[in-house]
Amino acid sequence: MTVQATAIPKLAAVSEPKRRWRPRETAFALLFILPSLIGFTVFYAIPAVRGVFISFTNWDLLTPAKSVGLANYAKLLQDPNFWNSLKVTVYYVLLNIPLQTVLAMVIAVMMSRLTKSIIIRAMIILPWLMPGVVVGLLWLWLLDPTIGIVNVALRAIGVGTIPFLNLPKYAMPSIAMINIWQYVGYTALLIFAGLQSIPGSVYEAASIDGASEMQMFRRVTVPLLRPVLVFVLVTSIIGSFQIFDTIAITTKGGPVNATKVLNWYIYEQAFNRFNMGYATAISMVLFLILIFISLMQMRLMRAGESDM
Amino acid sequence: MTAPAQVIRTPHRPIPWGKILAWAALGLLLFVTLFPFYWMLRTAFTFPTAAFKNTSSLLPVQATLINLQRVLGMIDVETAVKLGGTGQSINFLMALRNSIIVSVLIVAGQIAFCAMAAYAFARLHFPFRNQIFAIYIAALMVPAIVMTIPNFILVRTLGGLNTFAGIVAPTILMTPFAVFFLRQFFLGINREVEEAALIDGASIPVVFFRVVLPMTVPALTTLAVITFISSWNNYMWPLIIGNKENVRVLTVALGVFRSQTPQGAPDWTGLMAGTTLAIIPTFILFMVAGRKILDSIQFTGFK
Repeated sequence: MTVQATAIPKLAAVSEPKRRWRPRETAFALLFILPSLIGFTVFYAIPAVRGVFISFTNWDLLTPAKSVGLANYAKLLQDPNFWNSLKVTVYYVLLNIPLQTVLAMVIAVMMSRLTKSIIIRAMIILPWLMPGVVVGLLWLWLLDPTIGIVNVALRAIGVGTIPFLNLPKYAMPSIAMINIWQYVGYTALLIFAGLQSIPGSVYEAASIDGASEMQMFRRVTVPLLRPVLVFVLVTSIIGSFQIFDTIAITTKGGPVNATKVLNWYIYEQAFNRFNMGYATAISMVLFLILIFISLMQMRLMRAGESDM
Repeated sequence: MTAPAQVIRTPHRPIPWGKILAWAALGLLLFVTLFPFYWMLRTAFTFPTAAFKNTSSLLPVQATLINLQRVLGMIDVETAVKLGGTGQSINFLMALRNSIIVSVLIVAGQIAFCAMAAYAFARLHFPFRNQIFAIYIAALMVPAIVMTIPNFILVRTLGGLNTFAGIVAPTILMTPFAVFFLRQFFLGINREVEEAALIDGASIPVVFFRVVLPMTVPALTTLAVITFISSWNNYMWPLIIGNKENVRVLTVALGVFRSQTPQGAPDWTGLMAGTTLAIIPTFILFMVAGRKILDSIQFTGFK
C-alpha cells in the first residue's frame, strides 16, 4: 500500500532459509544490479555525503573551496533571512496541510458513497499530473489583478479586486490555495483507496447496533483509516516542506520575502549567488527537519497498526 | 404496473437532501478542478490584443490559431509584435523536441536498468542483497535539494552543463522508487514458471528476458507512464543544468517566457498557448493509460 509500510515487511519476506551462494547466480545478480548501483552511488550516496563536506566550506565555484568549520551553521543562526524562510515554510505547511487533508477526506468519503465512476476519479487527479510550472502559470493568469478571470468575477459580484499574489499578506495563502488545487484530488484518491479496503461488514455490524452516520465515521472509518491517513499526512508534509516550482514561477519569493521558502532560499544562495557552502548547510537543516518528521511518522505508524 | 405504485409511495419517502447536497458539492469540485483548464484553452485561442479588452467572455474572443503558430515559431517576430504578442522569439518546437528527447531517454534507461535490478532484489541471491535494498529505500527520505547541489557541481566538473547527458544523468540509471515499484511486482509473480524453466536448463538471463519480462509488461507500462510524466514535469534540475536554448526543456522554456515581458504585461495568450502545448503529451498518455495511473495510486503513493 505505501512505500514505507510495505518495504519493511517485504524485506523480511524474501529472506529464505540460508543456502550456499551459487557463483553463477551471484555473478548474474551483480551484473543485473550494477547499473542501478552505479547510478545510486554516483548520484545519491556520494552527493549526500559530499554535501556534508561542502557545508563545511566557503565554496563559491570560482575559488578553491576552503574549510571554514562550522561557520556556515553559525552564520545561519544569525541570518534573519534564514529564520524568515523557516517561518514562511512552516506557515505554508500549516496553511496547506490541514485544509488539504480535511478536504481530501471529505471528497473521498463523498465519492465512496456516491459513485465509483472512474471518469470522475480521472478528472479529479488531472491537476496533479500537470507540471508545477504549468499550474503556476495558469493560476498567475487566473489571479491576475487587472484582467484575470477570478478578479473580473470578484469585481462583478461587488467584492472588488484582491491582489492575491502581489500583496505580502495574501501571497502565501494564495500559493497554498494553488497547491491545494493541484494536490487535493490525488490525496483524496489515496484516502479513497484506503476506504475501499475497509470491509462493508464492519459498517453493517455498526448499523445493526444502531450507530448513526456520524458515529460510524468517527468510530469506524477514522480508526481503520489511520495508517493511510498517517502515510498521506507525512508524505504531503514532506512534500510541502520542499515546495519550489509554484513559487519559482509565480512570486519568486516575493513580495518582500513573503513566500521565500527554504527551498527557494537554498536555490537562490546556490545558483544565483554561488554560495555553495552556505546553501548546502541550509539544505542539511531541511534534511534534519524531514528526518525528524519521518521518525515521528514511524511512531505514529506503529500506533496505527493495532487498529485492524 | 409498478409506476402507479411508486407515485403513491413517493410522498412518504423523504427527499434525499443529503445526497443532493453531496452531488452538488461533487459538481462544484469538478467545476473548480476543470475550469482552469478550460480557461487555459479559451485564452490560448483568443486573439492577443482582444485578451486585454474582453476579459470576461466565456468563449475565445476573435477565435484564432495564431497563438499556437506564434509559440511554434511559425510566425516571424515582427508579424507577431504587430498582432500584439511580445517581441521575443519563442521557439517551443525546439523545447518540445528537447522535452521528448529527455523524457524518452530517462524512461528507456530507467525501465531497463531498474527492471534488472528489481528482479535481482526479488529473486536472486547475492551478498548484502537486503542491506543494499534497504539503503535504496532510505534514500527515498532524503530531500532532493540535498543531492541537487553536489550533483550540479559534479555535472559541471565533468563538462555536462547544457548537455542532454547532464540533464538525464541522475535519473537514467535508477530511482529508488522505480526499483521498489518493480520489485513489488516481481515478488507477486508466481515462481513456478521460472523454476520450471531453470530446471529445463535455461540460464538466468534467458529466464528473465524470455519468461519474466513478458509477464511484467503491464507493470513496466505503468512505470513507464509514471516516469515519463514525472520527468516531463521536472523543473529545478533541467533549469540549473540546461538553460541554453538547444537543450532547454518545455518547463524551463515556459519559465523563461514568463519572465521576459518586453511590453510590460505578460503575453498571456502566448503563455496559455505554450502551456496548452506542454500538457498535450500528458493528456494523451492519460487518455490511453488513465486506468493504469489510477491503479498505481491504489498500489503506492508515488511522487
